[in-house]
Amino acid sequence: MDLKELYRDVILDHNKRPRNFGTLAVPPAHEARGANPLCGDTLRVWVQLDGDRVTDVKFEGKGCAISVASASLMTEAAIGQTRADVQAQFERIHTVFTHHDAPLDPALGKLAALAGVRDYPARVKCASLAWHTLNAALAAADTDSPLSNPPTIKTE
Amino acid sequence: MTLLPPDATPFSASEIAAIRADFPVLHQQVNGKALAYLDNAASAQHPRQVIDAEAEYYRHDHANIHRGVHTLSQRATDAFEAARHKLQHFLHARSHREVILTRGTTESINLVAQAYARPLLQPGDEILVSRLEHHANLVPWQIVAGQTGAVVRPIPITRRGEVDFEAFRTLLTPRTKILALSHVSNALGTINPVAQFIAEARARGIITCIDGAQAVPHLAVDVQALDCDFYAFSGHKLLGPTGTGVLWGRESLLEAMPPWMGGGDMILEVSFEGTTFNTLPHKFEAGTPNIAGFIGLGAAIDYVQGLGLARIAATEEELLRYATTRLEAIEGLSIIGTAPHKAAVISFIVEGIHPHDLGTILDQEGVAIRSGHHCAMPVMEFFDVPATARASFAFYNTRAEIDQLVGALHRARDLFT
Ligand SMILES: Cc1ncc(COP(=O)(O)O)c(C=O)c1O
Repeated sequence: MDLKELYRDVILDHNKRPRNFGTLAVPPAHEARGANPLCGDTLRVWVQLDGDRVTDVKFEGKGCAISVASASLMTEAAIGQTRADVQAQFERIHTVFTHHDAPLDPALGKLAALAGVRDYPARVKCASLAWHTLNAALAAADTDSPLSNPPTIKTE
Repeated sequence: MTLLPPDATPFSASEIAAIRADFPVLHQQVNGKALAYLDNAASAQHPRQVIDAEAEYYRHDHANIHRGVHTLSQRATDAFEAARHKLQHFLHARSHREVILTRGTTESINLVAQAYARPLLQPGDEILVSRLEHHANLVPWQIVAGQTGAVVRPIPITRRGEVDFEAFRTLLTPRTKILALSHVSNALGTINPVAQFIAEARARGIITCIDGAQAVPHLAVDVQALDCDFYAFSGHKLLGPTGTGVLWGRESLLEAMPPWMGGGDMILEVSFEGTTFNTLPHKFEAGTPNIAGFIGLGAAIDYVQGLGLARIAATEEELLRYATTRLEAIEGLSIIGTAPHKAAVISFIVEGIHPHDLGTILDQEGVAIRSGHHCAMPVMEFFDVPATARASFAFYNTRAEIDQLVGALHRARDLFT
């Protein structure tokens, strides 16, 4: 396998210069935390909603190139979309990660750069952590009380 | 305590070739490249002598032990107990009654925490645990502290990754009851001067529990010379099968301890009115053990003793020196853990490349290393890194494999810059 399939230039670029890296104030934003206990990586994702639309997403955390680039690409893919669009994108990327031969849906756009991950089963969790954490933050938006702790999800 | 003569010679190239021929797993391609197995601290590989001993046992002798008068049961019992005696001599223990056979280091330490410490500890008593420990020599102490009201106090480490002896002395109080310390750190490779710590502890009546998982077979271990109270290790780091381990304990302590688990083998007589427990070592060995595994472990001890522990240590020392020099020359690479006395373990980070990315890239080059927190999260926290990459060498590794590691690291840097 060619490592360049996994570490494409887009991935390396987003790893070096992550987009939307930072925090949002809670409230009005909603936060969730993600952890990959196997490797000790941690991630925090904030999401800001205006009605049904995702107006801003930010993240912070330490992780490998795959997890940082995946989070960074995810923020770009989610900002400005409706929640239903984000959910559809989540399902598309999830299919890419878990189905070795699934054809790449053109609607994936830049996210298709992550497709190399599926040849490295040990690394799928690195790439999916950000998306699971975003989902938890969106779910928190439906249930949040100002006093509750942000939900934490684990990839194991 | 190292009993090895300092002038032992490393194995020659032809000796290494002969040794490598004993290890079937080493001769394979991974991702199209020759395998360089540099993850020996996680688990060592098995020579065919160990694999054959297990297989032969299953082919000819298998039966349950300590409970049948028939021939196979007798053979199985004899082979199992012979392994115990090998372990006794390997550790220089006074008696086979002090050699408790467990599933591994983790079980051994939990046994000490539950059967020795739990009945003893009072609220406010203190357990000193070094910051270098594997979670297996930390979490059992936290659990028993929670059960008894005792307190776990960390012994600080230095920037070089050594347990700070002076800081340890200042932590000693009349409430200190237990010292938990590793002989060799799995995360950094530091060889701790455990004898010095043990002497200080014993002078104050503090019980010592030494985690020897990374010490065998790289150092010769003499529990009587060390003068510790408990010494734990796992068979699989000693070329033996997984699911085998040892707890050595001072006989007077073991004798006074209540059993930990109850069941078959650990009793002499059972009735509903009361049960008489078996004598040592069986009192702590409830249930059917990993019979084949311990027979394999006995073969592993024969194997390393046949090669000579001193020559094994000399060979690994040379590999460590060579690898350290080569890795230090790589731009952006920093070695974490720079104690002057180290086992053949190198933990490192490379600027701008996360250890997991290194792990994947190296694997594509056929090089197996570990990346992660190495079950030593307090160590990672101290050095302020989420994880490290770790290469760990055994006597069957070669300079060519270290060159392969170095080449793969250059490949990673090229990819990421
Ligand atoms: C220093 C140390 N202690 C304890 C353990 C735990 O050993 P096991 O998992 O075999 O019980 C290990 C193994 O990783 C180790 O390196």
